[in-house]
Amino acid sequence: MDFKDSDTIPGPRTEDRLPQTAQAAVKIVIVGGFGVGKTTMVGSVSEIRPLTTEETMTQAGIGVDDNFGSDTKTATTVAMDFGRISITEKLVLYLFGTPGQERFWFLWNGLFEGALGAVVLIDTRRLEVSFDVIGRLEERGVPFVVAVNSFPDAPRYPIEELRQALDLPPEIPIVECDARRRASSRDTLMTLMRFLHSLAMTGALT
Amino acid sequence: MTPPQRQRRYPKPPPAPRQPLKEGERRNPERMFVVGGDGGARADLDLVTLIVASADPPPSATPEQTALLRLCTAPLSVAELSAYLNLPFSVVTVVLTEMLADELVEAHKPLVRQSVADRSLLEAVMHGLQRL
Ligand SMILES: Nc1nc2c(ncn2[C@@H]2O[C@H](COP(=O)(O)OP(=O)(O)O)[C@@H](O)[C@H]2O)c(=O)[nH]1
Ligand SMILES: [Mg+2]
Repeated sequence: MDFKDSDTIPGPRTEDRLPQTAQAAVKIVIVGGFGVGKTTMVGSVSEIRPLTTEETMTQAGIGVDDNFGSDTKTATTVAMDFGRISITEKLVLYLFGTPGQERFWFLWNGLFEGALGAVVLIDTRRLEVSFDVIGRLEERGVPFVVAVNSFPDAPRYPIEELRQALDLPPEIPIVECDARRRASSRDTLMTLMRFLHSLAMTGALT
Repeated sequence: MTPPQRQRRYPKPPPAPRQPLKEGERRNPERMFVVGGDGGARADLDLVTLIVASADPPPSATPEQTALLRLCTAPLSVAELSAYLNLPFSVVTVVLTEMLADELVEAHKPLVRQSVADRSLLEAVMHGLQRL
């Protein structure tokens, strides 16, 4: 990219600027498989037009593809959409829509470790996709709730049946949502916050 | 119809003992490398560390530094800087590491999840969401 004329670099629109009083930020991660509705959810609650941060990686491959024996390198670009909600004049909340594959997570230093918690978005047409994500969050001790994004042609299971299939303890909230609707996405985030609050009350947060 | 069943991976099996490498073999061939990584010391920057300019661009400023300083006359997260500058997060952290050392910008650390959660913080976030 050419920085010579930095006046032309697009910056935040006036209404997307944070006030000078903004002092600290918190983050929540929305994680799930491709096409499950992460970007949609970020966009429906964000006060700014959702933005994208990208990272490019090379994968040093020996015999991992067709060119066995040659030292191949493949570049992979991983994108993460995010949005923002001003909480007070001092505090800002950021929401990150993060791909489900754990091998990408290290790219964004502390993405899960520092997050208040996570929303695991699931699509009942491809429930298996979320198994790995849930296992990884459990291993990392990241508190999370599960939101079932309701696609019209998706099989509908009773919540308790889903709980059993996902092998989740009774205290972990599982809710239905429509990521396209602001109120529904906001309610999902509230479910996470109430869950985090209840963990804080019982001192159960690891 | 019943949904597919998740198998828990607990308890984790102990890691297998490492085998000595054969001639020409490399460990962990699937490991990914960040392109912008230079291995140098990097400031501890989070995606949501807020960055604010603390100086005008000095004559010695590089074009990247000048662009960045113009963007963060008001606080802006590292993630937003990466998006507006169209640069990978890792590259932005390299640029910012230099600028922090030169005192061109200030960084405000994020509030991260604590072992003992800050209830008033959680309540503030809940109030903020309720107003949406
Ligand atoms: N019916 C329905 N469609 C949705 C919903 N959420 C997302 N979609 C659609 O599903 C597609 C993939 O969504 P997207 O947010 O890009 O998924 P991502 O890959 O997880 O970021 C888009 O065409 C959305 O319009 C939902 O709640 N209901
Ligand atoms: Mg997306």
